[in-house]
Amino acid sequence: MDSSPSLTHRDRGARIDSAFRWTALLAGLTVLAILVLIVVSMTSESMDAFRESGWKFVTSTKWVPNDPDGPQGPKTPEFGALTFIYGTIIVSVIALVLAVPVSIGIALFTTEVAPRPVQRAVTTVMDLMAAVPSVVFGLWGVAVLVPAIPGFYDTVADWVSPIPGLNAIFGSGGTGRSFMTAGIILGAMITPIITSLSREVFATVPRSDKDAALALGATRWEMIKGAVFPHSFGGIVGAVMLGLGRAMGETIAVALTIGSSVQIVANLFSSGDAMPARIANNFGESSGVHRSALIGLGVLLFGITILVNVAARAIVARAEVRFRGVA
Amino acid sequence: MSIIVEEPPAAPSTPPPPERPSLRQSNVSFSRRLRDRLATGLMGLSFIVALTPLLFVIWYVVTNGASQISGDFLTGDIPFQYRAIGPGMGPAVAGTILITGVASLMAIPLGIMAAVYLNEYGKQGLTARFLRSLVDVMTGVPSIVMGLFIYSIWVVRFEDQTAFAGSLALGCLMLPIVIRSSEEMLRLVPDELRNGSTALGSHRWRTTVRVVLPAALPGIVSGAMLAVARAAGETAPVLFTIGIVFNGRSNWKLFEPATNLSAQIYRNAPQPFPGAVDRAWGAAFTLVAMVFILTLGARFLSRRFATEVS
Repeated sequence: MDSSPSLTHRDRGARIDSAFRWTALLAGLTVLAILVLIVVSMTSESMDAFRESGWKFVTSTKWVPNDPDGPQGPKTPEFGALTFIYGTIIVSVIALVLAVPVSIGIALFTTEVAPRPVQRAVTTVMDLMAAVPSVVFGLWGVAVLVPAIPGFYDTVADWVSPIPGLNAIFGSGGTGRSFMTAGIILGAMITPIITSLSREVFATVPRSDKDAALALGATRWEMIKGAVFPHSFGGIVGAVMLGLGRAMGETIAVALTIGSSVQIVANLFSSGDAMPARIANNFGESSGVHRSALIGLGVLLFGITILVNVAARAIVARAEVRFRGVA
Repeated sequence: MSIIVEEPPAAPSTPPPPERPSLRQSNVSFSRRLRDRLATGLMGLSFIVALTPLLFVIWYVVTNGASQISGDFLTGDIPFQYRAIGPGMGPAVAGTILITGVASLMAIPLGIMAAVYLNEYGKQGLTARFLRSLVDVMTGVPSIVMGLFIYSIWVVRFEDQTAFAGSLALGCLMLPIVIRSSEEMLRLVPDELRNGSTALGSHRWRTTVRVVLPAALPGIVSGAMLAVARAAGETAPVLFTIGIVFNGRSNWKLFEPATNLSAQIYRNAPQPFPGAVDRAWGAAFTLVAMVFILTLGARFLSRRFATEVS
């Protein structure tokens, strides 16, 4: 700048500054605008279905878009999403059961055990795994895993058949497209997310706590049990719930491998359907109230995932506050 | 704590200890050592367990997909019938680049501006904290909901599925990711730079544009590249918004129906015809190659940025 700037008066720069500030704020406010628009536009598009079904939309298990030649002649369409809510929960729980121990193991491995170069390699691998598109996992699932896995399911079913309870959950039969297949693929997909979140949580454990445990003669595992776990419990719960939110919204890999049948069964090896998968697989050929009901499923999914996410963040925030109070 | 339950250090109280206790590993009881080794082994094993599906997927994508790739595959028309054998994913390749590119042009500048507000102006104020929590909420919105949203607000209104509608949906998906990563990077810029610039008489906007943003640029670019990679692979947001085409006539046209690689994989994967499944693998190879190049590039940049800042 050639002329010396005025330090006391509002000059042109100050006006630009204020304009810049407002532009930036406006950019931030688009987030608010988009969220409001999501709620408004999707609710209004799904109003037809909600009006028709009322509370039955979430309490009924009957999903009959059209049934022109049913036993009693043409029926009015019915929309109850409970089957898909059930499917979404089952698949997400399978994914979590598989992914959480593995993710925590990897997170501990990178923060506590592995030397620097190995750490970097593990992080790169996890980044790549997170980058593989959902549809590619789905393609692999439907072209490789689905044909290969029924034999394995039958073996497990034979194996547990004398045990009551277990034989209901792991029954035989099926084409390979099932809750379990979708859950396995989903588990692989959410592992990198839970791993990186857990790693961040473990990284917040104070060096002094760990050193103290080691100085008392603890082995590395005893140090992890005594110093790392108690400190990071809240954070891990939050990380797992964020993973759950992601799993519930995951669409394409599940849509290709779950089998798309409207049924509530305990058998994890049989086919079912989940909310996002139902939307993806049926939206193209739907119309009228059916389409509106599918958008209604989207509204429901939006609501549930937001609740899970907000709860997760609240837990993480509370845990952090408590740690700060202690430290 | 329960750590020292076994083997409390035997410290005789009155007479001076004749020998210092040995601190060697071999002095730790066998069962404790075993448990430690076992736990360490399980941690390493969990990495291998997670690596397995990734290696499987990459292996199948490469062995089934790489052989499909040719000039014809990348530029030719998509066969109208699933059962047809032979190449053609041209419109999908063009669509992926166009739709993701336009989405990036919308979401990245907007996201960086929003991050500038959060980190340079709003800081810990009420508005900024509120906006930050909204960004968190938006990050959690499932991708298929973004597709339904753009369908409800755009496709229904204009009765037209276009590449641009797909870009809008992908842009909405990218926006919170870009804001988060950019803000993170702006926070890493040391305050000394800001103070130095202010002391020379610059206004805050000038400081931001000339000093802070250039300093954070490699990190911001790296975060943006990850967001682009994520968007390029998404299927659910484009399923209901871009429509479907088979020939290259509407390639690179923003307000015409389009198709992209992920949508083509989704359509072709469950088909019983080997021709369709082969094309799906070819498309998957192309898409994974694009996404991995972006991801590894982003990691390379962010590592250089990290060493620069520290």
